[in-house]
Amino acid sequence: MEIVVCIKQVPDTTEIKINPVTGTLIRDGVPSIMNPDDKGGLEMALRMKDEYGAHVTVITMGPPQADLVLREALAMGADDAILLTDRKFAGADTLATSNALAGALRTLKWDLIITGRQAIDGDTAQVGPQIAEHLGIPQISYVANLARKSENEFLVKKETEEGYQMLEVSAPCLLTVLASANKARYMSVPGIVDAYNKEVQLWSAAMIDVDETKLGLKGSPTKVLKAFAKGMKQAGQVYEVEPEEAVGLIISKLQEKFII
Amino acid sequence: MNKTDFKNVYVFAEQREGVIQPVALELIGKANDLAKELGEKVVAVLAGYKMDALAQTLIEYGADEVIKIDHPNLEHYLTEQYAQAIDQVIKHFRPSIVLFGATTIGRDLAPRLSARMSTGLTADCTKLEISENKELMMTRPAFGGNLMATIMCTEHRPQMSTVRPGVMQKLTPDSSRKGVITPFEVQFDESKFKVKLVEIVKEDKGKIDISEAKILVSGGRGVGCKENFENLRQLAAQLGAEVSASRAVVDSGIMPHDRQVGQTGKTVRPNLYLALGISGAIQHLAGMEESDFIVAINKDKFAPIFQVADVGIVGDVNKIVPLLTQRLEGMMKK
Repeated sequence: MEIVVCIKQVPDTTEIKINPVTGTLIRDGVPSIMNPDDKGGLEMALRMKDEYGAHVTVITMGPPQADLVLREALAMGADDAILLTDRKFAGADTLATSNALAGALRTLKWDLIITGRQAIDGDTAQVGPQIAEHLGIPQISYVANLARKSENEFLVKKETEEGYQMLEVSAPCLLTVLASANKARYMSVPGIVDAYNKEVQLWSAAMIDVDETKLGLKGSPTKVLKAFAKGMKQAGQVYEVEPEEAVGLIISKLQEKFII
Repeated sequence: MNKTDFKNVYVFAEQREGVIQPVALELIGKANDLAKELGEKVVAVLAGYKMDALAQTLIEYGADEVIKIDHPNLEHYLTEQYAQAIDQVIKHFRPSIVLFGATTIGRDLAPRLSARMSTGLTADCTKLEISENKELMMTRPAFGGNLMATIMCTEHRPQMSTVRPGVMQKLTPDSSRKGVITPFEVQFDESKFKVKLVEIVKEDKGKIDISEAKILVSGGRGVGCKENFENLRQLAAQLGAEVSASRAVVDSGIMPHDRQVGQTGKTVRPNLYLALGISGAIQHLAGMEESDFIVAINKDKFAPIFQVADVGIVGDVNKIVPLLTQRLEGMMKK
């Protein structure tokens, strides 16, 4: 079984602070990590490998320093790693990103493609389904569990707001996986040594199967008009009143805000 | 592409087992604002199987037209079935804007469609406006909510976005409102249906995730003993809220750890956060200051909680809370 896992290097958003004076993000010193949902997806692939002997390739699109998450994936047990890196990929929105990844995937063999549900920096959850559409294969999102029924048939648990669904699908298929699906393994020491003996393949835009006008800023239908910090909250009004009056006040404010 | 060929604000009217999802009605409410500025119509797209009464509901909530697709293939949500249906509606009617709820369905369907139509999609919007040039401006949080971004899609149509549930306002339903119901026939390519639904399981998820709650009634040291927390539970029941707590309360064993708000507990951003007898240590504020609306009640008028509260009341929670519950109860009965 061939599995390709799409991963992303992201800033650890829980470590981002806001400068209280300027209201801007402080990004210095914020560590880069493997996106948690992607790690859940990688772990799911590695468990298939442990059980059935799959070959696991990891791929990411990003700047040269994204090499680090690929090494981490190799140290966890992935077999091959590909870094899509080219100025032509820069400024991509989700559609252009999915075009690049789909372009790379067209040149690879796979039975399953696994992505994280969403990345913690963008939180869009769009790239996985967009890749599946470009490749003309089915997708199952919000995946909490994957079980193999036969050589190429799978039983997939998808989480929903009310509970979950059990879905059946045959390979080829794309899954977007939740971080909560499993507990990802740590890198092993021999794995870490190995990871640095392996080659991370560097792929440019010319090496993938996609029309270049669909990449990067040019290939992005959405554009960011402006980005701004949410800003520090202003204190509201404080009232020193009798309980009866306080209750009336609270109720009228809640009605004003359509909360009740 | 000629932009003038694309008109009207479309809403994907998500239903599950014949129940319109609240976010669909919220989107129709917002679509009314947008359509008014554009001088266009609000159109709801209702896909499913045997949902006779639902189209009328959508009209009562503000849809000028409902495009109704009724087919056994659409009885339960499945990506490809719904993608084919909505794709054909969009190609046929050419809307300028299409809105989806940012639910597990909307966030599965909308990206699939955006790739099928090669148009832009903005995820999880919390604000939608029309620019001077009549373009849709979509604002959304990014970087874990630390940053807001306004995004546009000026060269492609339709402009699409998923919208966070609970943010937009529904209109008051009006049974005298008139609208058109347009049945639409989809040509399904069943050879592409590769995913089979085996079973749908509903779980009473038991463990409550306070970070998912729309309203939190949160208690601190100022509430006092365990018995007084019963007052908070009663208030929460009236508001359809969950009860959460500060660290002091959890440490004293009155509330379990999964109810704790703050740095070592959970980060919450409900529509309403009632901080009751919570002084507002910095670790607590970090976990709740993103709440949309904060009401604080505390005896100490210098309590730091008042610096983040939209409404602050200096007083005794154990007197005010039961009164508030009583008053809400009276209002609900009417």
